[in-house]
Amino acid sequence: MKIHQLSLFLENQPGQMIEPCRLLAGAAIDIRSLSLADTRQFGILRMIVSDWKVAAELLESKGYVVNVTEVVAIEVEDRPGGLAELMTLFENSGINIEYMYAFPFGRGNRAVMIFRFDQPDAAIERLRAAGINVVGGVDVYNRVS
Amino acid sequence: MKSLQLDRLRGVVERAFDNVELFRTRLNERGLTPADIRGLEDIAKLPFTVKTDLRDTYPFGLFASPMAEVVRLHASSGTTGKPIVVAYTQEDVDVWTNAMVRSLASCGITHGDIVQNAYGYGLFTGGLGAHYGAEALGATVVPISGGNTERQIMLMKDFKVTAICCTPSYFIHLLERAGELGVDVRELPLRAGVFGAEPWTESMRRHIETAGGIKAYDIYGLSEIIGPGVAVECWAQNGLHVFEDHFFPEIVDPVSGEPLAEGCEGELVITTLSKKAMPMIRYRTRDITSLVPEPCPCGRTIRRMRRIGRRSDDMIILRGINVFPSQIEGALLAVEGTLPHYQIVLSREKGLDQMEVQVEVTPEVFSDQIGALEKLHDKLTHSLDHTLGLRVAVRLVKPQTIQRSEGKAKRVIDRRNLV
Repeated sequence: MKIHQLSLFLENQPGQMIEPCRLLAGAAIDIRSLSLADTRQFGILRMIVSDWKVAAELLESKGYVVNVTEVVAIEVEDRPGGLAELMTLFENSGINIEYMYAFPFGRGNRAVMIFRFDQPDAAIERLRAAGINVVGGVDVYNRVS
Repeated sequence: MKSLQLDRLRGVVERAFDNVELFRTRLNERGLTPADIRGLEDIAKLPFTVKTDLRDTYPFGLFASPMAEVVRLHASSGTTGKPIVVAYTQEDVDVWTNAMVRSLASCGITHGDIVQNAYGYGLFTGGLGAHYGAEALGATVVPISGGNTERQIMLMKDFKVTAICCTPSYFIHLLERAGELGVDVRELPLRAGVFGAEPWTESMRRHIETAGGIKAYDIYGLSEIIGPGVAVECWAQNGLHVFEDHFFPEIVDPVSGEPLAEGCEGELVITTLSKKAMPMIRYRTRDITSLVPEPCPCGRTIRRMRRIGRRSDDMIILRGINVFPSQIEGALLAVEGTLPHYQIVLSREKGLDQMEVQVEVTPEVFSDQIGALEKLHDKLTHSLDHTLGLRVAVRLVKPQTIQRSEGKAKRVIDRRNLV
């Protein structure tokens, strides 16, 4: 139930974002969602793409350092308090959310969010027990809504 | 001069032969004895001493005096993190002081001058060498040591300082800081600067002289020989007079080691003619220069050498401290386990030399988390700091961004002289 996320090392300079975007465009790979983390010197571009294996190979062949991480996509009620309720599940659990970001598309009245947990399996277990929908890879890569 | 040099050369060769095992072994291997030195030209028969000899015999292996006669030790950085150690008897300290008195006098400094000594005091020879020389000259010494630029500027103004000793890059930094503080150094009594411990250019001299309203003199020296005061400029500012009654200069081919004709450019080799505690016979300085046979308009009859523009090895001199790329490699290797591609970029910001070590990020160390990369960055910074004893900037860069030529990366980019 985990999603494969690609992370790219970028230097924090003008013009660094366009090349990987063009490369993916040229291979007809769709970026489903992304998040850019930045420091003064460098940045990490994290992406969920339609075909992560092809994308990773392509980017690596062009000299990028690519890291593949398993993250969890979760449906969140798109209303005030939706996210807060979800987070309650992890309160006092010892599970840490390293970072998170959202997909630009939702499913019905639910948003879909990417969570990077330090303990993804323990997190999934808690989500399941609470009856919360963990979105599968195929759905996310193919943008089933 | 030549007969004095020959007398002293025979004395120092005998002293080293009798007391330094490494030197004795090397002469024996060549079937030589001190008696084979009959003329000055026979010096070419003697084996060279190189920096690694000091490292290999660390700490006291090249001493020719018992410790009871050694009154001072100094040390500077070597290639492996272990420093090289140098020793002085009282007589050596006196020779050094005398060479510094002559050096400062050659820069027009005399008793009545107030000398701000901004070379670092401590194991580095610059601080104490200039201090003893200025005191013996009868000048008033302000032993402020390096750093704390604002206080340097305040005291320079309040004490009516007339001369300063420091690295040229530090003085440029001081000028810029003074400007920011609204102090025009040209309007202060300061009139002379004795600058050394790192290479600098004629354009830097012009900048310093114009912006500081002073005369800027180049002084040369190295710990292995004695410290500052081996050679210095005079008012003509056209080559450095070598105090060749104590320090005998030769120019050799940096590759073959063969002596070159006077006037040719090559590697400077120095023999200490008077040193007691640690004689250096034909020490390879790795500095590239040439000797000037023509007499100097100042009237001094000792020979001059041209200003040092470059070195024959890859040693970097940063703010007066010696740094070898091999030390940087060691520090990076200690963190990553494998040696990453890296490049050293030297630049000059606000007059101060800066070093940036660019390290290519590898898949092994890359992570999706910022924290992990920041931790790597901190570890690399700490390791370099620990190995070099000086703070350098680390920059993580994308793979394949560091230029490779014939499979080997160009390790050092020096942009300091372009400014």
